[in-house]
Amino acid sequence: MSETAPSLPQSPSPAGWPRVAYAGFDGIVVQFADRLSEPANRAALAFRAAVERAGWSAVEETSTALVSTSLRFDPLGTPHGVMRAEVEALLATQDWYAAALPEGRRFWRVPTVFGTDLAPQLAEAAARAGLPPQEAVRQIAETRLRVQTIGFAPGQPYLGELPPAFDIPRQTALTPQVPEGAVVVAIRQIVLFSVTTPTGWRHIGQTRFRLFRPDSDQPFVLRPGDEVCFEPISTEDYHALATAGPDGGARVEVLR
Amino acid sequence: MTRVLKVLSAGPGLTVQDMGRTGYLAFGLSRGGAADRLALAEGAALLGQPATHAAIEMAGVGGTFQAEADLRIALTGAPMVATVEEGGSLRWNASHLLPKGAVLHVGAVQAGAYGYLHLGGGLATPERLGGRSAHLTAGLGRRLQAGDQLPVGPDAGSAIHLSLEPAPRLSGGVLRMVPSLQTELFGKAMLARFEATTFTRDSRANRMGVRLLPEGKGFALDGGLSVLSEAIAPGDIQVTGDGAPYVLLSECQTTGGYPRIGSVLPSDLPRVAQAQAGARFRFQMVTLEAAMEIERRAANARAALAGQLRPLVRDPASMRDLLAYQLVSGVTAGRDLDED
Repeated sequence: MSETAPSLPQSPSPAGWPRVAYAGFDGIVVQFADRLSEPANRAALAFRAAVERAGWSAVEETSTALVSTSLRFDPLGTPHGVMRAEVEALLATQDWYAAALPEGRRFWRVPTVFGTDLAPQLAEAAARAGLPPQEAVRQIAETRLRVQTIGFAPGQPYLGELPPAFDIPRQTALTPQVPEGAVVVAIRQIVLFSVTTPTGWRHIGQTRFRLFRPDSDQPFVLRPGDEVCFEPISTEDYHALATAGPDGGARVEVLR
Repeated sequence: MTRVLKVLSAGPGLTVQDMGRTGYLAFGLSRGGAADRLALAEGAALLGQPATHAAIEMAGVGGTFQAEADLRIALTGAPMVATVEEGGSLRWNASHLLPKGAVLHVGAVQAGAYGYLHLGGGLATPERLGGRSAHLTAGLGRRLQAGDQLPVGPDAGSAIHLSLEPAPRLSGGVLRMVPSLQTELFGKAMLARFEATTFTRDSRANRMGVRLLPEGKGFALDGGLSVLSEAIAPGDIQVTGDGAPYVLLSECQTTGGYPRIGSVLPSDLPRVAQAQAGARFRFQMVTLEAAMEIERRAANARAALAGQLRPLVRDPASMRDLLAYQLVSGVTAGRDLDED
């Protein structure tokens, strides 16, 4: 992932973008930019929604990354050129960079322990950001982050964006294991882990918020466009939330 | 009578697998499913049922199973030593009857990596998110263990003792690839060297992907570690920081930021999954037009599997209870004629 664009493009449709490319035998990717920006992120989300609405029979699966929309199709049923022409025609129907955010967005407040031995890399990450740990926590907790994409693991959000001080690199070595519910930081983004996993991002907070609930009727809790705020709590409060269920004390309201 | 297959003992890599789950990519859940999808098609042909039925995937070593009812089974993928108490050894790439109470032992692979045990009627374990596959990296499902009682669906078929000749795929070979998003970044000279290089399958491999070690120097890109994350898919050949390619398999993550030099064709992926450590590979770039032809042929070959079944020729010397077998469907011992 590259670093975040500090400013938004003035022109809604940057020169040379979007680009349509084949990816492997059965993939087409529409890239809206080569780095993260708010309009390109909205364009990717809106274009995927439009592909889903179009209901093309050859399309088997769609997804978004930060600034691109991908679709997997059956080339034996619909040849590459035909599928690509359909995608390009749909792309030409509107200015996707000006698209609105998805509807039904929600705002989540997620109780979080920052630092302590539950999240041992707060001091290290704060030092990288050039901030005392308390100030780093204050800035993160005050930032309303948006789910820019869901990916890598089930229900797992990439959240942005943090103040410029947090444009810190990933570690060169991987931390072998960070638990589910971990809050990790790099390149002005936060990822909230939905599984226990190795990572190159720094572990600065810990929540009890479960993002993937395969046996519930809402298996994936967060959706792109949702907003999230990490509210500092004490270790004591964290332990008390052990019995709070899968939301881990998180509160939600619908955004209008 | 409950149709159940009981797991008496399980190797460390036994999972229920089917064709995986489609439609959750945007939520971070990759399709998953059997590492060798062709094996599912072969098992389906042997038992005369859809390839969407779930089977037991066995990585490296099998387990011990007991039939709680008369069950038809088929064995495909990496061949393993299979024996039934009192019944002698069972041929791989063939269908058999596992009578009620019989105990099936499946040992270690003799070649390849993933063997499959299919059941007539398919495994009827509960569906989660529209599939039965265990997706371990997503925390969905788990490995099978001793004591598991696996429900088996109703079996519409009855044929057994059929065999097929599997497409060879257990020992490496040539992997056909098409371009992916970053192929051009590697440049013509590096691509030519990539195609001219022999790779060896590393010991690091699982259902997420397989690492291949180049003979000679690697293929790392300058600045290649900062490619913007994009959707990734099985078949994609990621080149990580050390310059060694990593071919993604069914249980891969859904996004990745490593540059991809190309993407292996779907019909060559069983070759990647089935290779043992030390197997040798070469890559060959083909055009999308050539890839269409290759994939069309592979699809036709899968559809034709059922027409290529042969009666299993059994060695009577290995059959301790020869007279108990109904050797040819429709032919009986003749008593019904006597009683006419």
